[in-house]
Amino acid sequence: MEAMELTADTAAEQLETDADRAFGFWIYLMSDAVIFALLFATYAVMSRNYADGPSGHALFDLGHTFAETLLLLCSSIAYGFVSLAAARGRRAQALLWLGVAFALGLGFVLMELAEFNAMIAQGAGPDRSGFLSAFFTLVGTHGTHVSFGLIWILVMMAQVAVKGLTASVRSRLLRLGLFWHFLDIMWIGIFSIVYLPGVLQ
Amino acid sequence: MFDHWLGKLTIHVIPYDNPIIMSAAAFMALVILLVLGALTFYGKWTWLWKGWLTSLDHKKIGSMYVILAMVMLLRGFVDAAMMRTQQAMAAGADPGYLPPHHFDQIFSAHGTIMIVFMAMPFLTGLINVVVPQQIGARDVAFPFMNAVSLWLTVAGAALILLSLVVGTFSRAGWTGYPPYSELQYNPGVGVDYWILPLVISGVGTTMTGINFIVTILRKRAPGMTLMRMPLFTWSALCTSVLMVLAFPALTVVTVLLGLDRYAGMHFFTNGQGGNMMNYANLFWIWGHPEVYILILPAFGVFSEVIATFSGKRLFGYRMMVYAVAVIALLSFTVWLHHFFTMGAGANVNAVFGIATMLIAIPTGVKVFHWLFTMYRGRIRFTAPMLFSVGFIPLFAIGGMTGVVLAEPPADFMMHNSEFLVAHFHNMLIPGALFGYLAGYMYWFPKAFGFTLNDRWGKIAFWNWLIGFLLAFMPLYMLGFMGMPRRMEHYGNPAWQPYLVVAAVGAVFIGFGILSLIVQLVVSIRARQKNRDLSGDPWNGRTLEWATASPPPPYNFAVLPVVTDVDAFAAMKQAGTAWQRPARYEAIVLPRNSGLAFVMGGLAFACGFAVIWHIWWAATATALGALAAVITRAWRDEQEYTLSAAEVQRLGDARFADLENALAAAVGQSETTGNQPVPQV
Ligand code: HEM
Ligand SMILES: [Cu+2]
Repeated sequence: MEAMELTADTAAEQLETDADRAFGFWIYLMSDAVIFALLFATYAVMSRNYADGPSGHALFDLGHTFAETLLLLCSSIAYGFVSLAAARGRRAQALLWLGVAFALGLGFVLMELAEFNAMIAQGAGPDRSGFLSAFFTLVGTHGTHVSFGLIWILVMMAQVAVKGLTASVRSRLLRLGLFWHFLDIMWIGIFSIVYLPGVLQ
Repeated sequence: MFDHWLGKLTIHVIPYDNPIIMSAAAFMALVILLVLGALTFYGKWTWLWKGWLTSLDHKKIGSMYVILAMVMLLRGFVDAAMMRTQQAMAAGADPGYLPPHHFDQIFSAHGTIMIVFMAMPFLTGLINVVVPQQIGARDVAFPFMNAVSLWLTVAGAALILLSLVVGTFSRAGWTGYPPYSELQYNPGVGVDYWILPLVISGVGTTMTGINFIVTILRKRAPGMTLMRMPLFTWSALCTSVLMVLAFPALTVVTVLLGLDRYAGMHFFTNGQGGNMMNYANLFWIWGHPEVYILILPAFGVFSEVIATFSGKRLFGYRMMVYAVAVIALLSFTVWLHHFFTMGAGANVNAVFGIATMLIAIPTGVKVFHWLFTMYRGRIRFTAPMLFSVGFIPLFAIGGMTGVVLAEPPADFMMHNSEFLVAHFHNMLIPGALFGYLAGYMYWFPKAFGFTLNDRWGKIAFWNWLIGFLLAFMPLYMLGFMGMPRRMEHYGNPAWQPYLVVAAVGAVFIGFGILSLIVQLVVSIRARQKNRDLSGDPWNGRTLEWATASPPPPYNFAVLPVVTDVDAFAAMKQAGTAWQRPARYEAIVLPRNSGLAFVMGGLAFACGFAVIWHIWWAATATALGALAAVITRAWRDEQEYTLSAAEVQRLGDARFADLENALAAAVGQSETTGNQPVPQV
């Protein structure tokens, strides 16, 4: 009886701690959103500072960006299935969808790197103009976030495989999900503030 | 070959030829050696490692923050004294004793250190020690992250200290304005020594903010509604919100400047599409909230200290809460007042000028509420109370000069002058620092179990007060006389007398600091005599005084139930304070972890490697930090359980102490009111 009470107690405490962590993570996301907001603002200020270099119109390829967008959004959907599988306690399924989310996210990062490489190769690197500095930094910050998300996905795949869907693992999956979806929202901002106006110019 | 491996680092970066720096370095080395030697001699290494460096106890982390702040205060003061001496000498034909490039490093280091590595750790330390106890919690929400914040701050501070000996520090002021701070004008490592510590400690501060928002919003004792939280906790909450929302701006602006310098980008350069005005905006979007991050906790301390030593409940508690919250909110709407002269236009300047003046309203509300709290109180003029009472008139002066500066036409005249230097020191010394010192003396017994010597505290206060007046009132005059800030040498002999007076003021401040040291030494030696057995040496009103001094690791064996603002005062009145619990329970506590310390070490090494362009080391340490994070994220069991028997043992010891305190209090005269009478 005593022992049962104790486990019930610790379970309640665990829930409480996980709720604290989720709340703390939301606050972290708010502060990260401030970082993005300032980078967006900086980009807006510098978006015409070409310094006789190329403009967005010359550099952006909407088809490429569209494909990137699809990859990232599909990765987010795949993550939705991770959450469902985790909630139902289906370990293999969760692992599978984590793998899918990872692969799609990796595709996104690789496409972004390809874009960056091509731009640098044609002399439109971040040191070319204020506009390009702001572009590379904003988009690159997002890409760095995605890359860290990928590492986190790998870590969580290992945890799901080794530990199973324990309470702590599920609570970590929840926070990773928040992070992953948050990056989608930032990307949509990038798409509509950087790429679309750039191409439409 | 070797050159390549060490980046820009060579043996020549150590300034052997500069006797001032070398003697300072020798002094630092001596102190470090003495400390290391003493640790070894007394066999205290395990004590240090197990009891402090790896501790996740918020009280110990808080104390370490305050110790860091004290050390950095010494360094910042030495810088200030050097500047004061130079400016007292260097008029007309006399060049003084400091060459320009050295003087410039000194004011840059002084400003950065005082704000980011003295004031920030000081207030963070006080919050750490006090807030969980004030809200009746056993711990902060994220004890490990708390330790990481601490060690990142220490890493940043250590990098700045290192810049004295290895290389040079920035000459671009604490604001680091481009284009001067760009590679073009500052190709050395100086500005990088400014950027990296700010980035590293800034991340730590953001995490502190997150930690305390969650702690305060989710870990309060039963019955402690938001509108029953002590004012210090309220100010800690507002400060934390500002930390979370403002520090990202510092991170962004310093990283962007770093990208300009390291990757040849053009955010703030001359030409190539750079826009240095954007720097001013980003910097002050952090910078202005930052000054409120500094002052709000001090306001919190004053509110607690004045209420306690007036023996009254804080006047207009609700108004005080709204005032802090409004100040916090408004602090995001005024950043442009730092660069009215940039030329954003008359209307924009007017908007920001008026917004700035608006802040005077909630601030004025607070000043009057402190006065009304004292009105008809039974005031006890202890050292912390003196600091608080001294603060009020001086702060009013500083506030009024602030309103003057908030008028754009006046600011055009005063901008960049000694008037401004006088104004912000007026806010930072009597405003922020007096508050921290009051808090330090007020809560010291809570953290260490014995009270500080009050007489030396008072001597410190008078020295600080007189020193401040002498050192900074002349600067207002100098501002009117047209003296710009940051002058290494000047031609106008009319300024010199004022600067000599200011130097005398610095001497008094020096005595103030000396008195603080003497106070600490005297108090440690008399610690047995001054032991605080009751845990409530001042007849306090809030929950932190309900615990033992120092509190057990879990603070409260039984979580208190709160029925009122001033929870502990209400309990004492109702006779429900100090009740022996019927039954003790086992308590879960965070286990020690050396990982946070290691992360701080890695951040330090990584920062150093980046400053000196040692890329292999930067990569290796960054990967190491990543590995540390993953290691931590892997562990599920990070706690241990303190058995009910152990809690009982600590609890019994506590009640034995309380009985002794009772015996001691019976013999005392009742009029001092300094000793409450515990009813056990
Ligand atoms: C302990 C007594 C102090 C003295 C004697 C002192 C003195 C000075 C002096 C002489 C300057 C240079 C003024 C000039 O530009 O002409 C200065 C600048 C400054 N001080 Fe202090 N100070 C003291 C404490 C503080 C504290 C406690 C803070 C902050 C919490 C602080 C923050 C600053 C800042 C931010 C600057 C501007 C640095 C720059 O120009 O980049 N000071 N101080
Ligand atoms: Cu301001």
